Amino acid sequence: MAQRFSRRQFIKLSALLAGGAASIGAARGQGLDDLVRAVADVADHRPAFRADAQTTGELIGPSGEPMSHAGTAAAVNGNHRWVMVIDLAKCDGCRECTKACDAMHYVPPGQEWIKVFENRDDQVAGSYWFPRPCMQCDNAPCAKVCPVGATFKREDGIVLVNQDRCIGCRYCIAACPYGARYFNWSEPPHTAEELAQPYSVELNYPHRKGVVEKCIFCPTHLEEGKLPACASACRMNALLFGDQVEDVVFNAAGELFSFSQLIRDKAGFRYMEELGTEPRVWYLPPRDRVYPAPQS
Amino acid sequence: MQRQSAREDILFQPLRSNSIGFYLFCAFLLAIIGWAAYAYYIQLRDGLVVTGLRNYIFWGIYMTNFVFFIGISHAGTLISAILRVTGAEWRRPITRMAEAITLFALTIGAPMIIIDMGHPERLPNLLLYGRLQSPILWDLISVTTYIVGSLMYLYLPMVPDLAECRDRLTDAPNWKRFVYRVLSLGWRGNEEQKRRLERGVSIMAITIIPVAVSVHTVVSWIFGMTLRPGWHSTIFGPYFVVGAIFSGIAALLVAMAIFRRVYHLESYLQEKHFRYLGLLLLVMDVIYIYFTLSEYLTMAYGNEAADQGVMQMLFVGDFAPIFWTMILGGFVLPGLMLALPNLVKNPSPSSAPLLNLRPLAAAIALVVIALVTTAPGVGASADIQMATVTPVLRLIGIIAAIGGVFWVMLPFMQAHPIGTVVTASVLVNIGMWLKRYIIIVPTLYNPLIPIQNVPTEWAHYTPTWVEWSITAGAFASFILLYALFSKMFPIVSIWETSEQKPELPAGGGTRG
Repeated sequence: MAQRFSRRQFIKLSALLAGGAASIGAARGQGLDDLVRAVADVADHRPAFRADAQTTGELIGPSGEPMSHAGTAAAVNGNHRWVMVIDLAKCDGCRECTKACDAMHYVPPGQEWIKVFENRDDQVAGSYWFPRPCMQCDNAPCAKVCPVGATFKREDGIVLVNQDRCIGCRYCIAACPYGARYFNWSEPPHTAEELAQPYSVELNYPHRKGVVEKCIFCPTHLEEGKLPACASACRMNALLFGDQVEDVVFNAAGELFSFSQLIRDKAGFRYMEELGTEPRVWYLPPRDRVYPAPQS
Repeated sequence: MQRQSAREDILFQPLRSNSIGFYLFCAFLLAIIGWAAYAYYIQLRDGLVVTGLRNYIFWGIYMTNFVFFIGISHAGTLISAILRVTGAEWRRPITRMAEAITLFALTIGAPMIIIDMGHPERLPNLLLYGRLQSPILWDLISVTTYIVGSLMYLYLPMVPDLAECRDRLTDAPNWKRFVYRVLSLGWRGNEEQKRRLERGVSIMAITIIPVAVSVHTVVSWIFGMTLRPGWHSTIFGPYFVVGAIFSGIAALLVAMAIFRRVYHLESYLQEKHFRYLGLLLLVMDVIYIYFTLSEYLTMAYGNEAADQGVMQMLFVGDFAPIFWTMILGGFVLPGLMLALPNLVKNPSPSSAPLLNLRPLAAAIALVVIALVTTAPGVGASADIQMATVTPVLRLIGIIAAIGGVFWVMLPFMQAHPIGTVVTASVLVNIGMWLKRYIIIVPTLYNPLIPIQNVPTEWAHYTPTWVEWSITAGAFASFILLYALFSKMFPIVSIWETSEQKPELPAGGGTRG
């Protein structure tokens, strides 16, 4: 740990040298210490905007003070770490997950919060279906770059977007390697049921133009003890969802698996692990597929 | 001090009277700005759907303009500060117009990001909830610091001139005289005031250099801090800073040429100023080409899968015409134009009468070669080998065309050194605008996750009339602000050039 300590010292020194920026921080009621902490947070490879899992379940901002997000339950149960497992050997590309998601969130046309790709790793290898929800990364690049903290990591692992705060700069779209984020280029078409609900970050609707949206793991379903809309709609039982703390995942048929054992036994992996984003979505390899491969 | 010289009267002339041409010019610019305002209204009403942007290619020419304007903002403050700190005396007639470019380029460039935003009215969120971890906050801090700093750096050395305006332009309208009186801060030109002013200017000149460097560094880091191919590069900071100084000098040279012509500043802006700045431009050009080579060779040689798509599009694919226009027309050709006339011997006077025919001959040669290289027969081969050979052939054709044109034009360029430097500057500015486009857009064509199952137009970007109109409005606003400034304040520093007076005999000074 000596190495890490010295790096921290170095960061502190650099931050002190960047004294000019500190005055801005001071103007906002933050001292140099906060700047140092903010810089060190990023450098330590932790989510830049993270919840404090040890304590109260409040969202903690970069200044160390609790953050409030209008219209949402900012305090969530910190005893859960939601996790999704996608079994590529079972997905047959029917896109029922996308449809269920569209229905659940009134997803505007042109967006696919869970999008099913036809992946082929090279020209010789076979192809397979690849559902891509938001990865809810623990080191989320989108939350890192958001200039206003509109997108943030909740301590149950979910990355949310506060559309009341989003300025529509689309930097998070630039940062996300998974293409999971969508911008409302125009006023989305509305339905009466959608507009009947008051806006909530846990629903991501009513939708509006000029802000970014994405898959949010259906927090309202989770509170009711239900699977996210996509997982419960999967007739191949390819989408599993659960809690890493309790080490359990379920599929739509209600079958129960040990998360760690499943990942270990089937050599689960995370998409683009090399980028260091630490997704909360694991994939099981498309081995011994139980469906015809995509004809592409 | 002898102040009532005829030479100085030239500087006051634009402040005294406005020609009908000036009003027409302003009206023309205002019409463009009005049209752009209408386009922006449409965008606010309907959303960014009126642009060519979609979820994959989500940044386009607004961001290009942002980077471009922030780039040319380095014209002034940085160049003027470096020349001031290094004691280059020839800088004196050009510092004011350089510093004004900085201020107005920032005034126009920074809002381009706001125009690109889905919710511009939420701009205060950057102050209310701003996160220092986001490069956008770095930009906000850096650019606002730069705007304030360059305003001070423009204003401080202007105080003696404002006093001069206050004392001499007694027949100006009341509001103008009020502005001069207030802004001149009671300047009397005594020794104590001069000492303080010199001190203030020196401090600002040194302070502004790191600020200017930081500005374009953090602009590049907006791109550099993402994980995308073509953006995630460690050299982006210095690469952008060099590019900014490069395009900044070019913008300054264009501005100098225009003011020289319109305000008859030939006795102030002499050939040597264009020659010296031209050499500075050449140096930056060479450094920029070096950076460009380092960047693309590293990507192409390593040939990572993620980089391949971008490289392919740039070198031979969809963006090849823009890419090679930029490299050859924006960097190589101006470099040759700036270097060769100094290296090759002057033509004999006997060939002078034929000089004026040379541009015509060159133009004809260019058109012929362009027709040949773009003829359908040349590139239409279905043969796979031909398909890879053709771009190379074309490239050779274009290089040959440039070489030929060059050879023809050389004596002409030697006979018109100012025109040559200014033409090179225009080419550099076009090239650098294209460069910013080339940095932003092709990367977005190549996301890490493939583009599948979307309408084809979502995977391509063509700027719409709204984007072009707002772009035109941005350029028009910049020109208008600059023109109005030159009508309100002396565009050449009077007290600084009069100090240097003994060294400015007609025909160019000898001291550099």
